[in-house]
Amino acid sequence: MNLSKEEVQHIALLARLGLSEADIEKFRIQLSQILQNFEVLNEVDTANLEATAQSIPLNNVFRADDPKHSYPPHEILANAPQQEAGYFKVKAVLE
Amino acid sequence: MKNLCKLSIEQASTMLKKREISSVELTDAVLERISSIDNKVHAFMTVCRDSALQMAKKADKTLASKKDAGALTGIPILIKDNICTKGIRTTCSSKMLENFIPPYNATVIDKLISTEAVILGKANMDEFAMGSSTENSAFFCTSNPWDLQRVPGGSSGGSAAAVAADETLAALGSDTGGSIRQPAGFCSVVGLKPTYGRVSRYGLVAFASSLDQIGPFTKTVTDSALVMNAISGHDEHDSTSVSNEVPDFTKTLVPDLRGMKLGIPKEYFVEGMQPEVKTVLITAIRKLEQLGASIDWEVSLPNTKYALAAYYILAPAEASANLARYDGVKYGFSFQNASTIWEAMEKTKQFGFGAEVKRRIMLGTYALSAGYYDAYYLKAQKIRTLIRREFTEAFKKYDALITPTSPTVPFKIGEKTNDPVQMYLSDVCTLPINIAGVPAVSIPAGFVDNLPVGMQIIGNFFGEETIFRTAYAYEQATEWHKQKPPIA
Repeated sequence: MNLSKEEVQHIALLARLGLSEADIEKFRIQLSQILQNFEVLNEVDTANLEATAQSIPLNNVFRADDPKHSYPPHEILANAPQQEAGYFKVKAVLE
Repeated sequence: MKNLCKLSIEQASTMLKKREISSVELTDAVLERISSIDNKVHAFMTVCRDSALQMAKKADKTLASKKDAGALTGIPILIKDNICTKGIRTTCSSKMLENFIPPYNATVIDKLISTEAVILGKANMDEFAMGSSTENSAFFCTSNPWDLQRVPGGSSGGSAAAVAADETLAALGSDTGGSIRQPAGFCSVVGLKPTYGRVSRYGLVAFASSLDQIGPFTKTVTDSALVMNAISGHDEHDSTSVSNEVPDFTKTLVPDLRGMKLGIPKEYFVEGMQPEVKTVLITAIRKLEQLGASIDWEVSLPNTKYALAAYYILAPAEASANLARYDGVKYGFSFQNASTIWEAMEKTKQFGFGAEVKRRIMLGTYALSAGYYDAYYLKAQKIRTLIRREFTEAFKKYDALITPTSPTVPFKIGEKTNDPVQMYLSDVCTLPINIAGVPAVSIPAGFVDNLPVGMQIIGNFFGEETIFRTAYAYEQATEWHKQKPPIA
């Protein structure tokens, strides 16, 4: 399985991950190699198998909807790269 | 009293309770050890000198009043830098979180604080726990105390190296595919990955949520049981933690293995394994037999060969989703000179993440993308069903399974950094266990040319007591855990 440059760029776009030209070529080669190693899985007939999302038999964990301790905004904003008037500040989303 | 840093938790706790030593003296001794050798080992991201001494003083008051003192009261413990510590920088060894100061504690930290353990500092690691050598730290590489030219393993390399070098009495790490056990094996200390759900993951920076578990690094098996007593249990903040009762893990530690049935899965002893490591393991298994265990040398877990590929689909897929949160908005590194919000996000990730993290985000995004989801992600989840089933079947016949922790001794720094596939292979014996969700411990089992070899003991779901018993009997009958690395 050989990835093309365009495929690598498409995956990077999906992940919103910026890549340099050198990275694109490096990952194109390395990811192709890694994907080749995944081909071994095609030996296994999984047609009649259920998927396992996690390993312990837990499902539908609920709790009562009781209000509990919450953090004051200034503690949560303390790590914000940009803030204004008690809000996280971002660039314009709509132009 | 210069050698206080060499004590085990069990020894130090006895002396603390008898008031033969104080927690301040013990913490001082450990801090002095860090000052004198961490410039060679580089295990610590952050040393919390002042707050550690304050916690030690407080513990001494509790110890003096003789009330409420637990096994960890006054004991210095190092924390992997992906476990949130309120007010203490938590970097994940990434530029992305270089200045991140968590507003809350992980549940395991709250539990350690409530028993008045001393939080000593934060340990270096592979960036976001992705790696097998600690070379992926964005800041510096940790050395193996047994040979400073070699890696300590990873991703919890700082935690393992610090325990081996007596820079702390114990440490916490996290294990997604071997990140506790492989470095424990490489550094000749005891490292446990508990059953998935046994220890709360609340406050552990998420890598692959269905595989991650927090666990202890210690100098002895008894110490591992003592730390597990303190950190296990259900937590309402982690909906995947289980409500099973937590036993006293020290209760089952007896020095013989009569009546125990142990299986040796042959798939863990082939292909690319260093022959000397195999020899060490066979000698160790014979010792288990002498201690009274019956050994079946012919166990087969045929789906083992698919575990590596399944893991490198599942873990990156979950990681690509978990790491999407680092967009430069709420916390962490943020690229400011962008003209659009999309450019800001892309550049934030480009300059905030290192190569291995990017590689896994790309791999995971690909495996989850339209047209490939069924062929990769769903396929891997189905193979997970097979692997889990295979372990469940094996534990109907055996109390525990014995394998090497890693196929080789610690490798040289730089040896595998340009070949991700080779690097991934160093977790080939540990990652099937995360896929299945069962617990496993790595304990010191011998040396090849003065380099450590670890033995992995795998148990059934919630079978920590059984693997601790097996590990304890072996430890009591051997001297490997008493050998110290040559570092001065």
